[in-house]
Amino acid sequence: MIFEKVQEKIAEQLGIDTDDITMESSFIEDLGADSLDIVELLMALEEEFDIEIPDEEAEKLVTVGDVVDYIKNNQ
Amino acid sequence: MQLKGKTAIITGASRGIGRAIALSFAKAGANVAINYSSSHIAAQEVVNEAIKYGVKAEVIKADVSDYLEVENLIERVLNEYGSIDILVNNAGITKDNLLLRMTEEDFDKVMNINMKGTFNFTKAVSKVMVKQRKGKIINIASVVGIIGNAGQSNYAAAKAGIIGFTKSVAKELGSRGINVNAIAPGFIETDMTAVLSDKIREQFTNTIPLKRPGKPEDVANAALFLASDYSDYITGQVLNIDGGMVM
Repeated sequence: MIFEKVQEKIAEQLGIDTDDITMESSFIEDLGADSLDIVELLMALEEEFDIEIPDEEAEKLVTVGDVVDYIKNNQ
Repeated sequence: MQLKGKTAIITGASRGIGRAIALSFAKAGANVAINYSSSHIAAQEVVNEAIKYGVKAEVIKADVSDYLEVENLIERVLNEYGSIDILVNNAGITKDNLLLRMTEEDFDKVMNINMKGTFNFTKAVSKVMVKQRKGKIINIASVVGIIGNAGQSNYAAAKAGIIGFTKSVAKELGSRGINVNAIAPGFIETDMTAVLSDKIREQFTNTIPLKRPGKPEDVANAALFLASDYSDYITGQVLNIDGGMVM
């Protein structure tokens, strides 16, 4: 469920197809995101899931799976 | 009506250059949020003038150097108008003195209002503009930020800082349709320069090729251009409005 929501937000942010987004996708290498895309995306996810992602944690979130796990563990 | 239906926030808009910018934007059809920190009556007068152009206008008190106050202001304007299209970071103060006599407090005050105020407003509004994928940010710097000025090391540092900040943010936000530019006024007739002696004013005027001090409206005209669609392909620039003083 979390994955689907995250997938939806990423698709919206980056203007790509949800089918192209897997747990293993790297934001920068696979999905073509730039650093500002990632900041925007994390802000949108913080709002969606009512969580806060500190900068030092955000740096470690490289793949979609990293983000999904982070949300699971911090909700 | 170059700005019809747009919403603009102008900081330090109760007097001087800020006031002229607010009124010129209102005349061009923009709704204007008039930020001020102490001159409530003067700010209210700007609103009274602005609404004569058939736009919405209101005063909003906020200390630009306090991020929370700034964030609240941005939220309030967004809730009320639904978008924020233009931000003008104009609020500024001077505390002139020679370096050897300048107190740490006077340095900090000038940095806090001029430089940090610009940071606070730009940061808070960029969240909104990035989502909109559109926006115009205009920072009021000064030619002294480019050429320096004896007795204004604090002010010149803050204004030079604003120029570096403008260029950096222009690079960061360009891909989101946000234009960030600076205006560097030269010698403009306002309350801020009214304190200067006649001798200094004459000296300044002599160094200006156009041989006259500028008016707040001269700066407002440039701000109107940078706020309008006519400047859509311009970002990260510093536009000197100084009668040719610096070139």
